[in-house]
Amino acid sequence: MDVLILAGGLSHERDVSIRSGRRVKDELESRGVKVSIADVDTALIPKLRAMGDDAIVWPLLHGASGEDGSLQALLELVGVPFVGTRSREASVAWVKPVAKAVFARGSVATPDYVTLPQSLFREAGADQVLAALVERFPLPLVVKPARGGSALGVSLVTDPSQLAHAMVQCFAYGDMAMVERALFGTEVAVSVLGSGDDARVLPAVEIQCEGPYDYDARYNPGRVEYFAPARLDAEATAEVENAALAVHRIMGLVDLSRIDMILESGVANVIDINIAPGMTETSLLPQAIEASGADLGALYESICAEALARHRSR
Amino acid sequence: MRSSEIRALFAVASRPEVVSLAGGMPYIGGLPLEEIGEMMRRLIVEQGETALQYGSGQGHEGLREHITHVMALEGIRAHPDDVVVTTGSQQALDLVTTVFIDPGDVIVAEAPSYVGALGVFRAHEADVVHVPMDENGLVPVALESRLAALKAEGRRVKFLYTVPNYHNPGGVTLSLERRPQILEICRRYGVLVLEDNPYGLLGFDREPLPAMRSMDSEGVIYLGSFSKTFAPGFRVGWAVAPHAVREKLVLASESAILCPSNASQMAIAMYLDHADWQGQIKKFREQYRERRDAMIAALEEFIPEASWNVPDGGFYVWVKLPEGLDAKSMLPRAVTARVAYVPGTAFYYDGSGSNYMRLSYCYPTPERIREGVRRLAGVVVAEMETVKIFGTTGAGPTTTVQFPSPDMA
Repeated sequence: MDVLILAGGLSHERDVSIRSGRRVKDELESRGVKVSIADVDTALIPKLRAMGDDAIVWPLLHGASGEDGSLQALLELVGVPFVGTRSREASVAWVKPVAKAVFARGSVATPDYVTLPQSLFREAGADQVLAALVERFPLPLVVKPARGGSALGVSLVTDPSQLAHAMVQCFAYGDMAMVERALFGTEVAVSVLGSGDDARVLPAVEIQCEGPYDYDARYNPGRVEYFAPARLDAEATAEVENAALAVHRIMGLVDLSRIDMILESGVANVIDINIAPGMTETSLLPQAIEASGADLGALYESICAEALARHRSR
Repeated sequence: MRSSEIRALFAVASRPEVVSLAGGMPYIGGLPLEEIGEMMRRLIVEQGETALQYGSGQGHEGLREHITHVMALEGIRAHPDDVVVTTGSQQALDLVTTVFIDPGDVIVAEAPSYVGALGVFRAHEADVVHVPMDENGLVPVALESRLAALKAEGRRVKFLYTVPNYHNPGGVTLSLERRPQILEICRRYGVLVLEDNPYGLLGFDREPLPAMRSMDSEGVIYLGSFSKTFAPGFRVGWAVAPHAVREKLVLASESAILCPSNASQMAIAMYLDHADWQGQIKKFREQYRERRDAMIAALEEFIPEASWNVPDGGFYVWVKLPEGLDAKSMLPRAVTARVAYVPGTAFYYDGSGSNYMRLSYCYPTPERIREGVRRLAGVVVAEMETVKIFGTTGAGPTTTVQFPSPDMA
């Protein structure tokens, strides 16, 4: 089996993607798998067309084009097998408020939220919209771009004076903001493998962070302590695992995903879905695999093999 | 936004779709690569046993001789023994800081100042106090009052760090009249001058001004480099220092790296011996002038609401954004629009400079520069709209030096 990893891209998360790609390549190569890495550019389609029968693509692009379904659409058009969620499901999972609306219908808890485009502030008057916002959503709250990952453009607002500033920061990443009630419980990420009835969870990883779990904390060792498996009792473990499995199934996610949540008063509140989760040395999914006792390379190889078999049986 | 986040945003700058006005990479494509290749071949074939061996900690003697001739163009009279060759002048900066700075010592520097120097100073836990510049460079009156105030506070000022020619990022040059004034003030306050001069030979309109070192051989440590006049890949720079300091620099360098690369030094010595290096610098100057013109014309056409200086040499235009804009919080937008620049805060020790950005014209072609500035104009308009709606910028406090890695052009 040959694997073509796609990493890089032009999103704000290019750096993380490149690191993820190298990491997965090393692990697969340790299993004797032949791996090459490509970026998404005009040379990509010829590379895809030149792939052999025993080859599969693993898209590891984070952020726009990698996670919004567009890259997957391209892979479907060319007709090559690939690891992960298909384009239609990816495009739904990508927009945070849309994804929340979908899985909340399946009785998965998620913090109350509102989606506000920049144009609304211009048309209705920023002061008045912000005032209405604070009335409806008591502080603290979280402002984040409706699309995107790695906590880029995300602010925790604890004082009304920070709100306008947080909105400006958020709109630098995109024209749609999502404002969410802030929760302060145990932060947990549950990774899910497989799909549909065969979906299965990896041990939950608990994140204990000094200060906000922001971009800096995610990708630079030191400020964060991870516990894998998470320090949860049986009941709480079942709660977070069920929430993750429910989201993975409801959203039609395939092969692997990471569901981020905050456990507050015994309830798992899902705050984010990642269809191409980070695979760097500090990322959560590889930590979960290690906590499960599995070998990273062996597991990555089996993910590829499963995806390839699925494509062949289609 | 923290430094790692900024570095991550710069990661896209290496993609060809992005017009990077961020990096300071010289235009290597302008070099006679065939000719240099042949020289390198001869170097290894004919002198390989020396070139690929360890060398002297102070640097290759033949190259040091050449360096004195290069410096003579800016009026410096020095002996090869006065020269310490380093791995880029960045290493010389680190050595001087290692030798002179104890944690808490004060370094006085222009506002703004070269980000790579600020990084070194921060690593050595120095405190940097900025002194303003105007269109004629560092302002002597301001320097004097700052030194007097520091003295009154009992603060120990070790040296003045200055880039007198075609300043990075400011783009201005310290006038001839001011040079002796600055030296006299520093002498009076017992403050050494660290003269960092990578761009001195890259003026567009006139012959090089005499270096500060040419006016004072005891109070000035001079740093030079082949990175901008030839090629940064060789990593060869140098320091010229008074005798007692020079010995310390050599010892510090030996303990850090044993010796600078012999192969690099001998390659440069060969280039200086056999190639028309002054003619090449002239070519570079013409290429950079054309690019400067392209950038200034594009700024006038696309972002007239900003203001900037027109540099007469070097690589950089220092742009002041329209009122209320913050260059750092605007950066994600720029990345989305496929253009990159360096936010002004990178060039200050104290977090100021948020309404400035540094644009470099050294690497992209004139057409790409125009396209980059056109994209930047869209970014400025969009950010202005957001800022107008909310009546505030997206800027937060900053405590770290933010900069792309050196190969992000």
